[in-house]
Amino acid sequence: MEQLTFEDMGRDFGAEKGSGAWTERERQYLYWLSQAPAIGAVTIKKLWDRCRSFETVYNMEETALSRMGLLKQNQAADLGSWKSCLGRCREEYGVLQEKGIRLVTFLDEEYPGRLKPLYDSPAVLYGIGRFPDEERPAAAIVGARDCSHYGRETAEALGRVLAEAGIQVISGMALGIDGAGHRGCLKGGGDTYAVLGCGVDICYPRNHFSMYMEIPQKGGILSEYRPGQPPIPGNFPARNRIISGLSDVIVVVEARAKSGSLITVDCGLEQGREIFAVPGRNTDSLSRGCNRLIRQGAGIVTCPEDILDFFQIPVKKTDGVDEKKKNGLAKKEKMVYSCLDLQPKYIDRIVEDSGLSLGECLTLLLELELGGHIIQTAGHYYAKKL
Amino acid sequence: MFSKINSIGLKGLDGYPVSVEVDAGDGLPGITMVGALSSEVREAQDRVRTALKNSGYHVRPRKVTVNLSPADVRKNGTGFDLPIAMGMLCAYGMADARKLESAALVGELGLDGELKPVRGILSLVLEAKAQGWNRCFLPRENVREGQAIGGIQIIGISSLREMAEYMRDPDSIERQEEVWGESGEEREDYPVDYREVQGQVLMKRAAEVAAAGYHNLLYIGPAGTGKSMIAERIPTIMPSCTRQERLEISKVYSICGLLPQSGALLSRRPFRSPHHSITGAALVGGGRTPMPGELSLASGGVLFLDEFPEFSKHVIEMLRQPLESRKVVLSRVSGKYEFPARFILVAAMNPCPCGYYPDRNRCHCTRQQVQNYLGRISGPILDRIDICVEAAPISFEELRGKSCQETSGDIRKRVERARKIQAQRFAGMDIHFNSEMNGEHIRRYCCLEKEDEQFFRSVYRNMNLSARAYTRILKVARTIADLEGREGISHEHLCESISYRSLEEKYWNS
Repeated sequence: MEQLTFEDMGRDFGAEKGSGAWTERERQYLYWLSQAPAIGAVTIKKLWDRCRSFETVYNMEETALSRMGLLKQNQAADLGSWKSCLGRCREEYGVLQEKGIRLVTFLDEEYPGRLKPLYDSPAVLYGIGRFPDEERPAAAIVGARDCSHYGRETAEALGRVLAEAGIQVISGMALGIDGAGHRGCLKGGGDTYAVLGCGVDICYPRNHFSMYMEIPQKGGILSEYRPGQPPIPGNFPARNRIISGLSDVIVVVEARAKSGSLITVDCGLEQGREIFAVPGRNTDSLSRGCNRLIRQGAGIVTCPEDILDFFQIPVKKTDGVDEKKKNGLAKKEKMVYSCLDLQPKYIDRIVEDSGLSLGECLTLLLELELGGHIIQTAGHYYAKKL
Repeated sequence: MFSKINSIGLKGLDGYPVSVEVDAGDGLPGITMVGALSSEVREAQDRVRTALKNSGYHVRPRKVTVNLSPADVRKNGTGFDLPIAMGMLCAYGMADARKLESAALVGELGLDGELKPVRGILSLVLEAKAQGWNRCFLPRENVREGQAIGGIQIIGISSLREMAEYMRDPDSIERQEEVWGESGEEREDYPVDYREVQGQVLMKRAAEVAAAGYHNLLYIGPAGTGKSMIAERIPTIMPSCTRQERLEISKVYSICGLLPQSGALLSRRPFRSPHHSITGAALVGGGRTPMPGELSLASGGVLFLDEFPEFSKHVIEMLRQPLESRKVVLSRVSGKYEFPARFILVAAMNPCPCGYYPDRNRCHCTRQQVQNYLGRISGPILDRIDICVEAAPISFEELRGKSCQETSGDIRKRVERARKIQAQRFAGMDIHFNSEMNGEHIRRYCCLEKEDEQFFRSVYRNMNLSARAYTRILKVARTIADLEGREGISHEHLCESISYRSLEEKYWNS
């Protein structure tokens, strides 16, 4: 019931904006309040519910706030000392636009509709670029940072297919699966959205700088943390609820038995999202989390089209990846190519399996690599490309 | 009375003539020693005096002055004991110095007059020969080593008494001295062989190419993949040493006192594998009067640095100059010391801190961690490593080894052929191996076919290779072609070489 109230409230004030109740000034106070220590999104909404003005909250005695049962005693005390920072917060608020950072509050119309009904949806969202489109489907691709080649390839292919079908891809821009999902989506020409665990003006991890620059051109970079906030480990589990909240479907590509991606899944289940998992071999510790999810009833992803099925998007029938790639290869290239799969294989095994000499194998592998059919994952390990 | 005895001192790898002058005259009794002496040389006076007494000589109290000339070169070592003792006997008139005129004396004395072996005999005897002296008196334990030089008479003695005996009647000893002759060409048989290595085709192939072109080599792989095993066997596939090489290798060992008692010259190529806690001085050589380090001990063979990133940074960086110039030059106030460093560097390292990358079931290292770990090896060092291969754990089938493995002898035949081609190619030049080629040589000897030229250009662009990688790839391709005895570099040679490109391109640019 409570969730509904908030949603209604949002609408009300969206409508009243013109009347002056939801003013720029109020937004400044909300900005100030959202940064107060020990005050979270839920508390802010509670305060709004009762006071209907953040300026009032600022002007109220702390003791009064705690007497009303809105704040705990220590929260109230912290808020009291935070009042001195209002000036600074206003200045920061003023320069947000110069930095090209959008600020959207839970009372704004632009606030993502998927988040509105959520109990713990963030009070404010910062963004570079756009926010996910509510009309179009959105899927989250999440998974391990230290992923395998198999996971990376799968996530990238998934991102690409989803993008081509017009599905928005949401993820966390982390190393590994997250990044691969974004990259696939960008390659597919789609719009992708990265939810960060730090301020939107910080590129974390740094390796993904080019991705960080590319994402806002079509999609957006989002965060509930103020610009400049460093990526501290505590932020990441919390941002996972936004990733799941913004999506209709959560696809876990690779996750260990204890993985941060499973937090996203838990949040998603609470929010009523559909969960999919990419299966792995039962011996792969990196797929243990995924396999367990499937056992518990998550949807299984045998190919990216399974997700399209869920959205009831018609699927174009295509050849198997293997077949498509195999055609147009020379005979010997085919011999080597068919020795490979998505699990990286060491050169000695390839020599053994193909029956060719080492020199020949190296030559063919190099040509296949140049042709974009295979990839050298590390040193002399080779794997197929999806 | 005054007497003068010839001896030889050691400076770096080479000997230099020292004349030991002793004068016994009137004055306040005592011994004075001059001539830029280090403390072990200065201590000789006490050893000599006591040894003389215990050998039955009565040394009257006189003023004795000993000078080791040239007086401005610092003298080290204990080899001057014998010449000083003989000089004193001569100065006291107890022996005839004229009998020692064209002989060099070297040896350390014990208090009982026994003669003990000294280091660096090879260099000393070489110098004696170069001086035109015809006899060398050495401690008996050093005789075989001395005889390895040939062309000079080596007389082994075991005590001061025996020396005096010889002086009285030269025939007494010479007759009992066996003529060892030049030490026979011992067959070089190594206790290890490539036959014992199961599987690991790629790693063995890389070793072969490295040995053929004197390329430095880097193995990356988890523990237990046979990196050390293969590295240890690289000397067995290198061409057998020529006499000159054996002499050069043995000289260094002789100076370090590492030459085995039994043999004269070393016949095997060295394999040195220092622990990663080694200090810079121990690696390149050092000390007030510099001694050769591991680099020089590995000269002519293989220097194997296991756990490469664990070596301290500055120790690794010290490799730069020797890898380039193939020698170590140490400068001291007393002069420059040059030691050989013509080794193949074989380095081995784990792919990541935990050692299991890319096995993602066991390795949880992040990409960053992996890169940081590999990044401990600096660019300039990687630059000097031409071949880089990954090692993987071997499968059970390979371990069972039903397939017949090549022996070191088979591989060596190919390597020898490649070396011969290189020797012809670089005849009259100051380089010997493909790995030493510079830009000009590469242009001349590493020509590609037109299609390959184009292919290489596309690889260069697609794989983001550096200019350094370009030359490395061509040099290695040249060696691979030489191994097959081919004149030109074929497509396959080029491709194989590209796949050995250094980790820089593989990990850094990914």
